[in-house]
Amino acid sequence: MVKIHERKFVSADPEKCVGCQICEYICSWTKEKGFNPLKSRIRVVRVNQLANMAVTCRRCEDPPCVAACPRDALKQSDETGTIILDSDKCNGCGWCIEACDYGAIMLHPETKVVHVCDLCKDEGEPQCIKWCPEEALTLVTSDVLAQKARITAVKKLFQEAKKKK
Amino acid sequence: MCLHGYAGKVLNVELNTGKTRIEPLNMDYAKKYVGGIGLGMRLWLDNSKAGVDPLSQENPLVLAIGPISGTIFPTAGNGHAFVAKSPATLGISEAVAHGTFGSEMKRAGYDAVILKGKAEKPVYLWIDDDSVQLLDAAHLLGKSPSETEDIIKEDLEDYYVRVAAIGLAGEKLSRIACIINEKTRAAGRTGLGAVMGSKNLKAIAVRGTHDIVPAKPDEFMDMVIEFHERMKGPATRKYRTLGTAENVLVHNSLYCMPTRNYNNAHFEEAEKVSGEILNERFVAKIIGCSSCAMRCEHEVVVPEGPYKGTMTRMEYETLWAMGPYCGIDRLDAIIKGMELANYYGMDAISAGVIVGFAMDCYENGILSKKDLDGIEANFGNSEALLQLLEKMGKREGIGDILADGVRSAGEKIGKGAEKLAQHIKGLEVTGYDLRCLKTAALGFAVSFRGADHNRHGAYAFDVKGKVDRLKAEKGRGKMVRDMENLYALIDSFIVCKFSRGTYYKGLSDMAKLFTLVTGIEITSKELDKSGARIITLARLINIREGLGRKDDTLPWKVMNVPIPDEGPVEGAVVKQKELDLLLDDYYISRGWTLKGVPTKTTLKELGMEGLLKIVKGKQEA
Repeated sequence: MVKIHERKFVSADPEKCVGCQICEYICSWTKEKGFNPLKSRIRVVRVNQLANMAVTCRRCEDPPCVAACPRDALKQSDETGTIILDSDKCNGCGWCIEACDYGAIMLHPETKVVHVCDLCKDEGEPQCIKWCPEEALTLVTSDVLAQKARITAVKKLFQEAKKKK
Repeated sequence: MCLHGYAGKVLNVELNTGKTRIEPLNMDYAKKYVGGIGLGMRLWLDNSKAGVDPLSQENPLVLAIGPISGTIFPTAGNGHAFVAKSPATLGISEAVAHGTFGSEMKRAGYDAVILKGKAEKPVYLWIDDDSVQLLDAAHLLGKSPSETEDIIKEDLEDYYVRVAAIGLAGEKLSRIACIINEKTRAAGRTGLGAVMGSKNLKAIAVRGTHDIVPAKPDEFMDMVIEFHERMKGPATRKYRTLGTAENVLVHNSLYCMPTRNYNNAHFEEAEKVSGEILNERFVAKIIGCSSCAMRCEHEVVVPEGPYKGTMTRMEYETLWAMGPYCGIDRLDAIIKGMELANYYGMDAISAGVIVGFAMDCYENGILSKKDLDGIEANFGNSEALLQLLEKMGKREGIGDILADGVRSAGEKIGKGAEKLAQHIKGLEVTGYDLRCLKTAALGFAVSFRGADHNRHGAYAFDVKGKVDRLKAEKGRGKMVRDMENLYALIDSFIVCKFSRGTYYKGLSDMAKLFTLVTGIEITSKELDKSGARIITLARLINIREGLGRKDDTLPWKVMNVPIPDEGPVEGAVVKQKELDLLLDDYYISRGWTLKGVPTKTTLKELGMEGLLKIVKGKQEA
C-alpha cells in the first residue's frame, strides 16, 4: 500500500520571511531560557536584502546526519522523523554537520554536542511557527509542499493567461 | 554568563597603542542616563576636553548600546548609537542606526565602547567577546561599507559577524560622512563617519556569544506577547505598508515639503515621486531588523532603464532630499543617488540638500558651469545630481568643497551663497518646511544636533492639525520639551521610533519594560526626568563647546523668504519675534535661563550638581 508522507518539518517561505530573527530568539528562549541566536535550532540567512530565509531540520528520509555519525549517537524516530541525539555518545566531531546539506544540525556553543530542531516536542507545537510575525513558517510534509507549489504555479499561469487576454 | 539588561562593562580602546581596558559600567550613569545616546554623551563628556577639534585624536568616538538590546522585545536590541563632537555642528552629537549590530554588541558583553586616539595605519576593530584586536585594514581602503562588510566576513570566516563601517567619504573626512551597518542602515547624521575616519578606523566587527536574560522573565514575556500584537496593529500601519515615503503626498498637499532648496513648499511633480509610485514600481521586498514584528525597510530595485538593477533602501527623507529638494522627478535617478550615498558612506539627507544648494547657487549665478567642473546644475537635472554626488564622495573638484556641508561650502563660496545654505548649527535641513510648521520650527531650532526631525518629532502636532501650525504661541515650548524627552529616551533604551505608537501608555509602558528587563524599579515620572536630564546634558556640553541661544536659530530662507506658492500657507515665514517667543517659552519649560543655560535649581532637581561647573558664571538671565 502506498502511504502519503507524514513526516512534518518547519518550512520557511522566502517570499514572506523578512529576516527578523524572532524565530531564533524564541527558539533559544524555549530551549535554553536565554536569548541567543547561537543556541537556536533555526537560523536566519540573509544572502542579500532581498533574499531572506530561515533554515532548520527537514527530517529527511534516510537522513545523512544519522548515517554519517561514527558513534551511533544519532537516530531518527520512525514515528515522527525527529533526529534524536544520545548526548553521551556525541563527541562533537562534526561529521553530521558536514553531511547535512542544509546546515540544520549544529554544534551547541556550550555543551559541544550537536543540537537540532525537535519541533518543540515538550511544548506541543513549534514555537517559531507560533511566533513568526509574517506567518512565513509552516509545519508541512513534502507532499503538502509539492501541492502548494503546484497550486501557485497553476494560479500564476492562469493570471498570466488572463493578462494576455 | 547571562546578562540582565546591562552588560556591566565598558570597553576602552586606545587606537594609538592597541591597548584595551575594561571598566565596570558606572551604574549611577546607567540609572540617570539609561543607555544609548544618554549614556554615550555622559561617557563622552568624561573623556573629552572643552573646545576639542572634532577631527583630532582628542575627540573620542563612543559606541553605546541600550539596556533592552538583545532581547526579543519588538525592535529592542537592534539599535546602537555613536556619539562624539560633530565636525558638522561643532557641538555634541549622536547618530543611531538599527539592524542587528547593537544586539550582537550586547551579546559580546559591552554597554559601550570608547574609541580614543588615532591608529598609526588604517585598522579595523574586531570584538570577539572578550578578545579585542585591531586588524590591518589596508585592503579595505576605498571600499564601500557594504564591500567592507563582505570582505571582513570572509576574512574572519564567519557569516554572522556584524559590521559597521565607513566608506570613502569617511576616509576623506567629509563632514557629512556616516557609519553604515548591514549594507543599508546608517548612523547617518552629523558626520560621525569623519570622526571614525580621523581615527584611521575603517570598521568595527563584532561577534557576541552570551545569553541575554531579562530580570523578570515571565512578566517580560507576557509584555512581549502583547507588544508583538500591537506591532501588527494600527500604530505601525504606515511603516508596514507604504513606509515613510507616504509623506511625499501628505507633505505636498499641506505645502510643507521644501522644494528646490526652499524656493517652494510644494512640488508640482510630486505625484511622480510619491510613496505610492515607489511601492508600485520599485519596492521589491520589505525586510525587518532584529526582533521586529513590524518590518519597515523598503528595499527597492530599479527594473529597467539606465539605472537598471540598482538596489537600495528608500525612505521619505532621502527620497525628498534627492528628489523634490533638487526639483527632480525621476524616481530611478533618486534611487541611484541613494545607492551612491550608501556606496561612498555619505548622509543621504545632507548629500541631497547640498546638491539642492549647489543647484540654487548655479541658477543664481553664484556658481558657474566652470566652477561646477562643467556640470549644468539646473534644478531638475538628475544627471547633475548623480555627478555631484560622485564628486562629493570622492572629494573631486567642486565636490571637495561641497563634501563638508552647506554651511562650510556657503562660507567658502561667498557671494551670498551663505543665504542659500539651509542648515541649523551646520547640519542640513530635513523634509519639513519650517515656515508653515511652527512647532516643528521650534523643535528644529533647539535640537542639540542641528536641523533634525528625529530629536523631537514635533512636526506631528502641526501636520496632524493638533495646533494652528502657522501660529507661534506659548505652550509650544512644553510640547517640544515633552517630545524631546521621549525621543531622547527612545534613543537611549534603544527602541525604534517607528514603534513609538505601540507604547499606548507612553512612558509608563517604557518604565515597565525597563524594570522587567533590568530589574531596576523606575517610574514614568523618573523616566521623564531621565529624558530631561539627557537633553540638559547635551545642552551643557554644547555650552561648553561655545554654542548658545544664538545657535538656536533657523535657516536663512525660513526667516526671510515667505512661502511663495499659492495655496493654504502662502506668505508663511518665521519672524525673529516669533522665534524669540518660542525659544523663551521652551527655555522656561526646561528651567533654563532666557539665554538657554540650565539654572542651578534645574541641575539640582535633575541630580546633575556635579556638572554645575560647566555653566558657572553663565547663569544670570
